[in-house]
Amino acid sequence: MKTKFNMDTREKEIEKLKKYKYGFSTDIESVKAPKGLNEDVIKFISNIKNEPDWMLKYRLKAFERFKQLKEPNWQKPKYPKINYQDLYYYSAPKSMKDKPKDLNELDPKLLETYKKLGIPLQEQKRLNGIAVDAVFDSVSVATTFKGELIKHGIIFCSISEAIQKYPDLVKKYLGSVIPLTDHFFATLNSAVFTDGSFVYIPEGIKCPMELSTYFRINASDTGQFERTLIIADKGSYVSYLEGCTAPMRDENQLHAANVELVALDDAEIKYSTVQNWYPGDKDGKGGIYNFVTKRGLCKGKNSKISWTQVETGSAITWKYPSCILKGDNSIGEFYSIAITNNHQKADTGTKMIHLGKNTKSKIISKGISAGFSDMMYRGLVDISAKADNARNFTQCDSLLMGNKCGAHTIPYIKNKNSKSNIEHEATTSKISDEQLFYCNQRGLNQEEAVSLIVNGFCKEVLQQLPMEFAVEAQKLVGISLEGSVG
Amino acid sequence: MLSIKKLKAKIDNKDILKGLNLEIKPGEVHALMGPNGSGKSTLSNVLSGKKGYNISGEIIFEDKNLLELEIEERAHKGIFLAFQYPLEIPGVNTNIFLKTSLNAIKKSRGEKELDAIEFLKLIKQKTKELKFDDKILSRQLNVGFSGGEKKKNEILQMSILNPKLSILDETDSGLDIDALKIVSEGVNALRNKKSSFLIITHYQRLLNYIKPDFVHVLINGKIVKSGGPELAVELEKKGYESFN
Repeated sequence: MKTKFNMDTREKEIEKLKKYKYGFSTDIESVKAPKGLNEDVIKFISNIKNEPDWMLKYRLKAFERFKQLKEPNWQKPKYPKINYQDLYYYSAPKSMKDKPKDLNELDPKLLETYKKLGIPLQEQKRLNGIAVDAVFDSVSVATTFKGELIKHGIIFCSISEAIQKYPDLVKKYLGSVIPLTDHFFATLNSAVFTDGSFVYIPEGIKCPMELSTYFRINASDTGQFERTLIIADKGSYVSYLEGCTAPMRDENQLHAANVELVALDDAEIKYSTVQNWYPGDKDGKGGIYNFVTKRGLCKGKNSKISWTQVETGSAITWKYPSCILKGDNSIGEFYSIAITNNHQKADTGTKMIHLGKNTKSKIISKGISAGFSDMMYRGLVDISAKADNARNFTQCDSLLMGNKCGAHTIPYIKNKNSKSNIEHEATTSKISDEQLFYCNQRGLNQEEAVSLIVNGFCKEVLQQLPMEFAVEAQKLVGISLEGSVG
Repeated sequence: MLSIKKLKAKIDNKDILKGLNLEIKPGEVHALMGPNGSGKSTLSNVLSGKKGYNISGEIIFEDKNLLELEIEERAHKGIFLAFQYPLEIPGVNTNIFLKTSLNAIKKSRGEKELDAIEFLKLIKQKTKELKFDDKILSRQLNVGFSGGEKKKNEILQMSILNPKLSILDETDSGLDIDALKIVSEGVNALRNKKSSFLIITHYQRLLNYIKPDFVHVLINGKIVKSGGPELAVELEKKGYESFN
């Protein structure tokens, strides 16, 4: 038996950081909007971003609507009431106010932060073949490979920049998938969103590199309301990945993003998420509330949208990346790994709305719960009367570790078309002591054994990730479950 | 190499091993035979470090007190258990499992880990030596394997990991005669001056193919008789009853 020593505070901190190595915070002077939520704050945000009038009107309209909406409460994980007047809705590093023209003008503290997160922004050290938009609290601080991409006609920039430079595209598509009347959190986002990424892939272009956005929450008492809009024009292709981390803080922080995808005729969007927001400590204190609305519209015929998510972080994850299959022959896919440990909670899944003929959807969901955590898969397959020959295949697998955690599966199926085909498979299993013994006997320690078994369980989904991220995701899966078996 | 003295093991307050003594020297092959419930599998579990037993007595393996080591630490020291019922691990390819296992052991010994290409070379050579079909390597570990394939896979793992002490827990059970021959040939190919074997079995038939140096009869948690290969033949004729 290994002896456990009493650790002093410093060692404890180090130990904590080892478990969540992104938990550091950057000491940086920031500009904040006054605390609270009102028209003045919205005007402040719009003004500081130098937005055109139509954008401010859009925000105010959303805010009017928001005031009439009630916070939903049907989800499984309950949380203490959020005081929306006690949050900052805008926080940006002060140095960003003068709009640095290039990385040489960027605050070295920001460069250092991203370097520590494994996302070097400097020209010579950039990740090979991956363009990155780095979002820090409420602003995008840098976007790499922009020049390279524009040669192909590809626009990859922050949404704030897009509002200035490409207003026609933004006006046409913003809110076209998630209307500003959609629901409480989505409407709140429409009123106060700060930054996020904008992507436009022109007709016939296959984006030559991975595009990615790295979201970082740094400031305390701050909500992050990101907004991402991706448009794939006819016959184009793009693979996009987002990563997220936050410092360890004792309070809960709200992250309510809206992500809209639009795929026109014959276009394909592959959207991958590795979500590793701070999950709170092992007693369930602190952590991010990740309440996100993600929706893709397969607008054109033969279009395809594929969501892949690896959700390991956050105190509460509440999201259903969805596909509206409007174009005939369009395809929607959802591949998900959700891991909850300690006191984490998740209510996640997808919605596949079949409107067009011959539309196909595939849902592969792998849920892993450990510790005292609770996991809910909730999914909707909706086949409209006109969606002849629509097909869906759903597979939901749950893996339980220990006997204090929970796993639930609620599939909703609405079918109005008799010429359609829906399949649903679900399994629940446990990692057995015998399996662990077998792995240990082959020289693997407890954590290596769990990581191997869990990665096997998740393989179908991990395979969907772009290669560069698959290895990282595998490691993350292992780390998230550390200490989950005794 | 291995010295077991006065080993007692209890599970759920039930005595299973009741003072077992056994010495195994490098290069020796020992067969342990006994009826159902005599404690054969308990011995292999206790040697490999499985949790849940209340243990007294002494097990020394190469000057180390084995009882102080975790399961994986014993594996790092060169103890290998060929399971009676090998476990299925869905989604994990057999060759990935084997590579992970080999590299975990190499790492623990401060040796250089094998990269994918080096490993592929090694495994090709081993499957050829053992005359095994290498198709199982790309399948998920033990998932949908026949009984024979599972046991062959255990022998393949044994040959890759090159243990000092291999414990074969009823490896012959559930094997047809052809599979039994292939498995036995595999074990024989691994015999050398440095590696030892403890072969646990009900039946003498396995010992027709793997000639042991010593045979022990385990009844009711104790070794009641030890001898050479002729003891196995005597057992087969008289049954365990006569040793009670």
